[in-house]
Amino acid sequence: MASEHESPNMTGYIKHHLHHLQVQAPGTEGQFWLINIDSIFFMLLAVLVFFWLFMRVSRRATAGVPGKLQCAIEMILSFVDGMVRETFHGRSKLIAPLSLTIFVLVFLMNFMDMLPVDLLPWMWASGHALAGHDPEHAYLRVVPTADINTTVGMALTVFLLIQYIGIKHKGVFGFFKEWFTAPFGPWFAPFNLLLRVIEEAVRPLSLSLRLFGNMYAGELIFILIAVMTLGASLEHVSTYLLGAGQVIAGFVWTAFHILIITLQAFIFMTLTIVYLSMAAEHH
Amino acid sequence: MIPNITLVIQGLAFFAVALLVMKFMWPPIIAAIEERQAKIAEGLAAADRARQELADADARVADEIRKARVDAAAIVDKANQQANQIIDKARTDAIVEGTKQKAIAAAEIESMAHRAREELRTKVATLAIAGAEKILKREIDANAHKDLIDQLVSEL
Repeated sequence: MASEHESPNMTGYIKHHLHHLQVQAPGTEGQFWLINIDSIFFMLLAVLVFFWLFMRVSRRATAGVPGKLQCAIEMILSFVDGMVRETFHGRSKLIAPLSLTIFVLVFLMNFMDMLPVDLLPWMWASGHALAGHDPEHAYLRVVPTADINTTVGMALTVFLLIQYIGIKHKGVFGFFKEWFTAPFGPWFAPFNLLLRVIEEAVRPLSLSLRLFGNMYAGELIFILIAVMTLGASLEHVSTYLLGAGQVIAGFVWTAFHILIITLQAFIFMTLTIVYLSMAAEHH
Repeated sequence: MIPNITLVIQGLAFFAVALLVMKFMWPPIIAAIEERQAKIAEGLAAADRARQELADADARVADEIRKARVDAAAIVDKANQQANQIIDKARTDAIVEGTKQKAIAAAEIESMAHRAREELRTKVATLAIAGAEKILKREIDANAHKDLIDQLVSEL
């Protein structure tokens, strides 16, 4: 199907889909000061859904017979709480709520991938056209976790929290002493420091890139599945074959993706808990 | 694909959300869960206690029943004993009374027979004297022949 004359069209479609809705921060110049409005908007949307669901329960939480929603929310909460209790032995009021936030928020942001890949961008483009703008410039990416900024931002927050928890549990002196003495003792201080730096640098990198990679690849595959009938004519037999193929492929990948988005949210949370508990323990 | 300032915004937003969750969302739900856990634990403990108490009460009841049974058996035994005693006493009394009555009756019979004999003897003596008078056709001095008559009477 991907015949020669359709190639530019397809490339344009994919490029358009992978372009963020960006504005330049006021009074600045350069690539770094671009703000991805869409990622921020959909993250806030996820936050809103998260708060709406959970605060409803939280405000009316009863120790008596719980409602169905409260049951569901409590299941998630006790699941996260159990994970944290199992792994993290230090004392911190932040870890469990932070883990819950990561799990639910990442899941909700990932869940944007479950929406048809063209639905929101098409609505956005139509709105643009109605408003008299060029729909070709109506960029929109709906999955915030498929934006490296979101994952890196979260991973950096976790990274800073790791350092904070480390200092809080070991004291400033103990914390920095560990940089030079663990794991090989004071005689290998430079080597210890090097190892430490690598270790600390790898954590946010692997956290953010794992989530980003999974979501980006997932989104890309949805786009590629959508491309199967891109610009197809109803007069070609191949259109119907590919249309059926697109339905099947879309279904299979969506079903499979349900696992991935849950798993990625879970992995991000679990690794955060593990890193934080490692930071709290003496080596 | 190139990271930009968005990452700072997203990171801060994420951290703010986590703080809000910690401050407002997490505590009430976890408190409700823990309170319910405590309630359930309490309920289970109470059920255990109640079961224990029931078992104790059952044991007590069985004990009481056994004791009552023993008491009842003792009472029945005693009653039987008493009844036997009463019957025995009544029998002895009856025998004694019978013997007494028999002795009285015998004594009466004896005395009545004696009296009848005496009476008969006197009458025979008188008859004999009258017979003798008739035979002799004369008055016999009773005093003169008193010895003879008495001898006759005693011989009868």
